Amino acid sequence: MTTAGEHKSSAGKDIAVYGCLLALAAIQFFIAYQDISALQMLVRMLIVAIIEAGVALLFFMHLSENRGLKWFVMIFTVAVILGMQYGWTDSFRLSNGVPWAR
Amino acid sequence: MAMWLFIIADSATFAGCLVAYGFIRNATPNWPRPFHGITNVALMTAILLTSSLTMMFAVRHAEAGDKAKAFRWTLITAVCGIMFAALHLREWFGMIGEGATLFHNPWGTPLFSSLFFSITGLHLLHVTGGVLALLAVGLRYRGGRYNADDLEITGLYWHFVDLVWMFVVPLVYLLNLAHS
Repeated sequence: MTTAGEHKSSAGKDIAVYGCLLALAAIQFFIAYQDISALQMLVRMLIVAIIEAGVALLFFMHLSENRGLKWFVMIFTVAVILGMQYGWTDSFRLSNGVPWAR
Repeated sequence: MAMWLFIIADSATFAGCLVAYGFIRNATPNWPRPFHGITNVALMTAILLTSSLTMMFAVRHAEAGDKAKAFRWTLITAVCGIMFAALHLREWFGMIGEGATLFHNPWGTPLFSSLFFSITGLHLLHVTGGVLALLAVGLRYRGGRYNADDLEITGLYWHFVDLVWMFVVPLVYLLNLAHS
């Protein structure tokens, strides 16, 4: 059971996190209208998305309260992302190594 | 713990889909950029983020033992999910009306439509499942068969659905925005 005071401060924190997530989402939309290359856009948007996901994980999904789980999720995520890079570079070979690429 | 394992497995599924999408997008020349406005997707994002906040309120009230308020916020979350799904379907029907289907794309390579409908469809399936879970768990929580922990676990899933959308929006929508 939580007290009324704790409940009120928790609600305040939730609203602050929500505002933060909305602002980060707005940044993504702002980046979409910038006159930059697709690669630069992708990198910037992904950085914002990772920060956004981190905030949601830590505060909405209470990952900050569970240290063991936090490490497990972080290590797993990094392993999956690194694993997926194995075939990624092949897409550049496809776009540069076929006749219609030139 | 079971929900966390499910979330981790499901995040690998979505990550696989998005990496495959990135691979194909990068390897395909003249990738179409058919989206002209962001109003609909911005509204969908705002609704989904708001639903995460309302879910937090539901869990907080459940922890405080206020069943009526917890159930009310759970219902509001489910309504947000339904609104999101309705906007999503409206967008889908708009695109289908322009000739885009799973195997046909009027703006160029058919791969665009296949990937767009597959990825957003998989997410929409998760939202639909989430709404049904929220209603089922919410009703049983109100009836006394489930407790605050059950509501919190359902909330975890709902936040995960929101988290996936944070990656779907930039990759599938914003990077395919037409620049005039």
